[in-house]
Amino acid sequence: MISVKTVLLGCGLLLATPGFGQQVAVIKFPELQQRLARATDTTYVINFWATWCGPCVKELPNFEQVRSANANKKVKVLLVSLDYASQLDKKVKPFVKQRGLKSEVVLLNEPDPNSWLEKVDPKWSGSLPFTLILNNKTKKRATFEQELSKAELTAALQKFL
Amino acid sequence: MKKALPLLTLCFALLLSSFMFRPLADGYQVGDKAADFKLKNIDGKMVSLADNKEAKGYIVVFTCNTCPYAKAYENRIIQLNQKYAPQGYPVVAINPNDPAVAPGDSFEAMKTKKYAFPYLIDETQQVAKAYGATRTPHLYVLKRQGDDFVVSYIGAIDDNSEDAKMVKTKYVENAMTEIMAGKPASTNSTKAIGCTIKWKRA
Repeated sequence: MISVKTVLLGCGLLLATPGFGQQVAVIKFPELQQRLARATDTTYVINFWATWCGPCVKELPNFEQVRSANANKKVKVLLVSLDYASQLDKKVKPFVKQRGLKSEVVLLNEPDPNSWLEKVDPKWSGSLPFTLILNNKTKKRATFEQELSKAELTAALQKFL
Repeated sequence: MKKALPLLTLCFALLLSSFMFRPLADGYQVGDKAADFKLKNIDGKMVSLADNKEAKGYIVVFTCNTCPYAKAYENRIIQLNQKYAPQGYPVVAINPNDPAVAPGDSFEAMKTKKYAFPYLIDETQQVAKAYGATRTPHLYVLKRQGDDFVVSYIGAIDDNSEDAKMVKTKYVENAMTEIMAGKPASTNSTKAIGCTIKWKRA
């Protein structure tokens, strides 16, 4: 016989599961650059965002949906938060947990955007949100310095698959 | 004709490159002449670059009430005016955001600001488009040459938006020192993170 307590504990664990595994790693630019340069046939969808950026927060569910819709394909969604590192525990982690984000989230801790923006893509002027889709095997790249609807994002990714 | 062909090819290549090396988004590059504008200030008066005959130039900054980065830089923009207005380069702030998209950037909301410099509303967003501004804050240093104003620096204020005390490189101030000395800025174009300009929905 299973006690009520066990059932409750089980339910609790089940509900808590999405929260597990979602860490927010704080990285420096060379780490990000390495990841972007990896020789792989996986298509990366990299979205630069911040919790304070309205259009970013609005479009995040589109990235989550595109991730789950392409879970069986070689597609990786990486959400790069440009929140300040000082806001990691106060803002970013609670946000990721509350939204139940399943895509990998990292926080890029670099104070001087002028030193690295150009290296992400010369076309990026610095406004958020910014999305980069790239496949290093096919050497294909697409950039979007704007908010993307689910249809726009899906169509953009489709060209890589 | 044989001699003319390489020359023609060169001309054609130059013509082509002048288009190719322009960024996709149109707007001013360093060295371009900035067209004058006539925009409404929060005191209700219209402001143009030509109004201030004393100005040796301007620090034009596209900014707004709502963007966290614009807020983080608000005091530093005020300080730029305090430092450079007496030297002939006053700040002119322009809010390009569509209040229909960002209600906190309405003309009424702008009026809550008490700046010692103009805070203009770019209702048609034509000035932001002409400059090629993409974000707030986005800063342009203009230097007077006769009746013209030449774009002499475009970009960031400094290298640390979070904390003015942690700044290592004051990009615009370094550029101003050189520009005021009659030299071209050695770093005349920088990039910064900011909020997208809230363009009118088509």
